[in-house]
Amino acid sequence: MTAKDLALKRRYRTERLMMALVALGTLLAFLVLFLVLAYALFQGVGALNLDFFLKDMRPPGETGGGLRQAIVGTLIVDGLGLLIALPFGLAAGVLLAEYPDHPVNPYLRLLSDTLNGMPAILFGLLAFILIVKPMGGFSGLSGAFALGFLMIPILARSTEGVLSLVPKEIREAGLALGLPRWRVILSLVLPTARAGLITGVLLAFARAAGEAAPLLFTAFGSPLLELNPLKPMDTLPLRLFAFAISPYEDWHRQAWAAGLVLFGLITLTSLLARRASRRRF
Amino acid sequence: MVQEAVDVHMESRNLVVRYGNRVGVGVGGGVSLPLYRHRITALIGPSGCGKTTFLRALNRMHDLTPTARVEGEVLLDGENIYAPGVDPVLVRRRVGMVFQKPTAFPTMSIYDNVAAGLKLVGIRDRKRLDEAVERALKGAALWDEVKDRLRAPASGLSGGQQQRLTIARALAVEPEVLLMDEPTASLDPISTQAIEDLLLTLKEQVTVVIVTHNMQQAARVSDFTAFFLNGEMVEFGPTELLFTKPKDPRTEAYISGRFG
Ligand SMILES: Nc1ncnc2c1ncn2[C@@H]1O[C@H](COP(=O)(O)OP(=O)(O)O)[C@@H](O)[C@H]1O
Ligand SMILES: [Mg+2]
Repeated sequence: MTAKDLALKRRYRTERLMMALVALGTLLAFLVLFLVLAYALFQGVGALNLDFFLKDMRPPGETGGGLRQAIVGTLIVDGLGLLIALPFGLAAGVLLAEYPDHPVNPYLRLLSDTLNGMPAILFGLLAFILIVKPMGGFSGLSGAFALGFLMIPILARSTEGVLSLVPKEIREAGLALGLPRWRVILSLVLPTARAGLITGVLLAFARAAGEAAPLLFTAFGSPLLELNPLKPMDTLPLRLFAFAISPYEDWHRQAWAAGLVLFGLITLTSLLARRASRRRF
Repeated sequence: MVQEAVDVHMESRNLVVRYGNRVGVGVGGGVSLPLYRHRITALIGPSGCGKTTFLRALNRMHDLTPTARVEGEVLLDGENIYAPGVDPVLVRRRVGMVFQKPTAFPTMSIYDNVAAGLKLVGIRDRKRLDEAVERALKGAALWDEVKDRLRAPASGLSGGQQQRLTIARALAVEPEVLLMDEPTASLDPISTQAIEDLLLTLKEQVTVVIVTHNMQQAARVSDFTAFFLNGEMVEFGPTELLFTKPKDPRTEAYISGRFG
């Protein structure tokens, strides 16, 4: 056998080893996900009934009730947060992608990287200082701001990434028609990137939906359904946290169920995001 | 056909375009080239000789390339388009461009592609748009093929049709000059033929500058030809003369197929 054959054989062996490691890693990741899901199902599925979605929570000691106030609150606080984040996140992404030599961009990029890596609870602190303090109390709105702060850098980066995939020929063709640059961006670049933009928005929404920390001293939580965002509001992660550290058996079960609903919500959003991204243009 | 006296529509004077420190076009004192009204001027030369770079200087497309710098003048009806205070957007409305790769706007219908330039500058009148779209599509010899499916997505057209669509799109805003960068390079012979035929009627409306590295094409369609080599404009003259009696030995070498 020549040296070349040996080298080839060694390469095949390394290749097989690497493939095995990759497979093992994948399996482990799936196993963890599966265990979490299975355990949550096992613990929480008993509490998952129609009442869970239609009724508010009950005081400790009483059985029954649901987490309607937390489910509705999650949608409101997260939805408002998205509305707050959307214009800033999109604008920052457009600036980064479409005006690469704009003088503020190095700072914007540094800022969005820093924010992206910041512990989520600090966004809560920021909203506490900026909204809760001046308004004199906890509120769903302040929670929405906290989640909004969290979503802005995510949106900025996803928008930048998606826009940079739009072929430069499209921009040039628009400019060559005598369209001003902002027109080209609004009417040609953004519509071309629409599917990717929607994906980014949904993923930011899903990411924020699972956060409890930024809401601890902003949205604060509420045992009853609250539709006024100027009042304290409940969300699933907040309620999950509160129930999980409570001493009550019944609440523990509902905490698991809250986890399941949250998991379902996030999975659904991610699936929608995947569908949106698969649609070409 | 009675042709009006030949007058200069556009003109470059000592034009040099640099990418960073490298000269893209304009070696040896810059390019000085007249472009005659209602005539077709062909830019020929081997790949990388600066044809595209020169063409893009004529409607200020280099403004978008951060590394590119333009020196010298480009006169459009005697006015320097690089003079301070000139709005590049207005220059590009008068000097349209068709690119090598057919680029229909993928999110738009055939109709909206052609109307894009007009709609996006605020023309909303239905009847006016309809007329402009029909005129432009007829001008680009595409009307008969698409008149029954104007609302269909433009991405469903063939490459040759998409290229004629981009020509129609450029014509719809009624430019005075049309710059074409190897418009048939990615097309089949039949589509190429269609576009070459089209060029001959187009010049009644617009002044055409066409880049091609196909010498036969230049000889077939153009009235004037400029030969570029290594960033230098070597020779310019009436097409017939340049191809039969080239003055520069480098031109002769190129057209007789000895390089490039
Ligand atoms: N964006 C750019 N940045 C740097 N160099 C470029 C750029 N575009 C073209 N060039 C260089 O400029 C020269 C002329 O290119 P180009 O005008 O594209 O030639 P042609 O169209 O005749 O093939 C080439 O050497 C090319 O590498
Ligand atoms: Mg070229």
